[in-house]
Amino acid sequence: MSLTHQHSPVAKLEQRTVVDIIAKGKRLDERGTQDYRPLTITLGIIEKANGSAQVYLGKTKVVAGVKVEIGTPFQDTPNEGILTVNAEFVPMASPTFEAGPPDENSIELARVVDRGIRESKAIDLSKLCIDPGKKVFMVFVDIYILDHDGNLIDAAGMAALGALVSAKMHEFDVKNGAPVFKDKIMPLPMKNYPIAITATKIENSIILDPSLEEEQVMTCRLTVTTDKDDRVVAMQKGGLGVLTPDEAKQIVSTAISKSRDLRSKILSKVN
Amino acid sequence: MEEVRLLDKNGLRVDGRRLEELRPLKLEVGILDKADGSAYIEHGKNKILAAVYGPREAQPRHIALADRAVLRCRYHMAPFSTEERKSPAPSRRELELSKVIREALEPSIMSEYFPRATIDIFIEVLQADAGTRCAGITAASLALADAGIPMRELVAGCAAGKVEGKVVLDLSDLEDKKGDADLPVAFMPKSNVIGLLQMDGSMTEDEFKQALDMAVDACRRIYEMQREALRQKYHLVKEESEAKEEAPAPEVKQ
Amino acid sequence: MTVYADKRQLVGPGDILAEGPFFAGENTYREGTKVFSSRIGLAEVVGNKINVMAVKGVYIPRLDDIVVGRVTDIGMSGWQVDISAPYPAMLPLSEAPMQRGRDMGRRDLGRIYGVGDLMIAQVIAFDRTRDPLLTTTGRGLGRVTSGRVARITPAKIPRIIGKKGSMITMLKKETGVDIVPGQNGVILAVGRNPDQERIAVEALYMIEREAHTSGLTDRVKAMITERNKGKSVT
Repeated sequence: MSLTHQHSPVAKLEQRTVVDIIAKGKRLDERGTQDYRPLTITLGIIEKANGSAQVYLGKTKVVAGVKVEIGTPFQDTPNEGILTVNAEFVPMASPTFEAGPPDENSIELARVVDRGIRESKAIDLSKLCIDPGKKVFMVFVDIYILDHDGNLIDAAGMAALGALVSAKMHEFDVKNGAPVFKDKIMPLPMKNYPIAITATKIENSIILDPSLEEEQVMTCRLTVTTDKDDRVVAMQKGGLGVLTPDEAKQIVSTAISKSRDLRSKILSKVN
Repeated sequence: MEEVRLLDKNGLRVDGRRLEELRPLKLEVGILDKADGSAYIEHGKNKILAAVYGPREAQPRHIALADRAVLRCRYHMAPFSTEERKSPAPSRRELELSKVIREALEPSIMSEYFPRATIDIFIEVLQADAGTRCAGITAASLALADAGIPMRELVAGCAAGKVEGKVVLDLSDLEDKKGDADLPVAFMPKSNVIGLLQMDGSMTEDEFKQALDMAVDACRRIYEMQREALRQKYHLVKEESEAKEEAPAPEVKQ
Repeated sequence: MTVYADKRQLVGPGDILAEGPFFAGENTYREGTKVFSSRIGLAEVVGNKINVMAVKGVYIPRLDDIVVGRVTDIGMSGWQVDISAPYPAMLPLSEAPMQRGRDMGRRDLGRIYGVGDLMIAQVIAFDRTRDPLLTTTGRGLGRVTSGRVARITPAKIPRIIGKKGSMITMLKKETGVDIVPGQNGVILAVGRNPDQERIAVEALYMIEREAHTSGLTDRVKAMITERNKGKSVT
């Protein structure tokens, strides 16, 4: 069951401060309404994983790891590898995160990031087939939220993408339906690079990359994931408020142009 | 394997519909006895029941909010609702949909009238045929009205999508599985605002705009069907009212 | 000044009722210059106020309402009572009869009203910030020791009473049973024999089912007469 969240632990006066500043076209940390916070991406920090990435977006910190294992394909896609995306909202990341099974927020985040990767066909799953119908490679993307200061979806999306583009696996031959690994390593077969851009509506203003304080006063948010060809591949509205069709269209436009910058930042890290 | 064509040479879809045509839709209000409000929807082959209990005492107490009602929403699919039996345990998809459906209905409810209480919404998909979350919202909104919960307006839901390069309205199950994009929308026509907006697939910016307009327009039509369903259920109320008036304090003897 | 719905027209949430300097009355809300309905009901203009008479809905307590409730817990200084509302009601010790003016423990309180007891009470306080407060000091209020209970939707209670009490007067006369309708939809039928009580309860549910029809008072009377054949009404 989904239920209305408890009120944010911020006084009405403090909320008013944020709303008023944004109404004037400014932000608490003096960014522009369309600016992202300082972004640091580090790839390959977990050597034991096939791929990994650490993203610091302002004070939000996310780590994503990619593990490639062998498994059985789904019945209706016998020639394709399998993608699974999971997210953990680790209790240390926020006073509001509790230990236990994934709650609706972490499930939503994982599924939105998953949609971006899957619908953009970022991974060429057909190249991950070992023995059709019997054995394929499974790509596990696990996202760990370590510090929550807002805009977890975008940070998580970038961490997942960073981990995937820098992931390495051994080249392999297939003998008797099983993989025989060679010494040479290769990257995952990547064809596309989805980027999630989350726009947040606060009363009548629309800002990008909300900090936690800004999220706590938001009306609602709209995440738009686009690929390298400016196609929209995923969208998710969140929050208790509403937005007009025109605002939705405007946000899609913004997301397409904004994502180019972030995409090239990630890809430039891969050597 | 034979390629399945989703659009024929006349541009008609597999079920014979035109690109912008809605599947047949039927609504019925107040079909359950115990629930405070209820509604049933058939949309295409979707068969979905929505029920509302509330406002009622918050159980457990700690979930209550001091200044407004808490909305609880459960979207669930019956094991026999899909081609392959679905396990009764809530899946990640059902948890996500429970959340986005709640977020679509909450803006319409005047929850500040019932502090410290809960309003519980249950959506059971008895048979699924694509577009279940939208149909669920359409029914749940009627169930809320049937329960007498004060609302700003009703919420209507409908999806649009893309099939073989063409933007279409109200995807069928086959189109959802084999098509290029799916865009579920929930909309409040009086205020002209969107409560649910999701998308998966691949669309250009223009295709998205076209699909959104198509879905919003369909929501306006579904809203009129919702109003008609309420009229069907309650049209006799006026006669009843003729017979009652201000109740005098009842005389009590022991 | 335009009125779009009046004279008991059926309206639903979001339907526009009027435009202009009207007061937004019960079950309506104002947005700018327009007044809208927030519930299903019958719209009516009274002076310059627009009301919607709601058709259905959970019982929300109002000051002075007579209610029939059930004791669910005994506390330090009173009882918790379920009055079929979203909020549990409190009956403080000071509002119960038979208090002796010395310190009373839980067992003593339990002798006045025990868990599970039914009572007729009156609402003496209720607002958004706290649960309803009841009293049982007053004529006709207090513990119920016999009779049958019918539970109907609160919006239909006025129908049980009828125009100028016509329905309830008929029921009492024809069944010989005293009927106490709680505003919370819980009705007591207390008679001198269980057969009469049973007929009264049957009549109450019949009224709830057919509330929207005309000639109901006569049909209910006929039903009671039918049941009474061969039985004496004392």
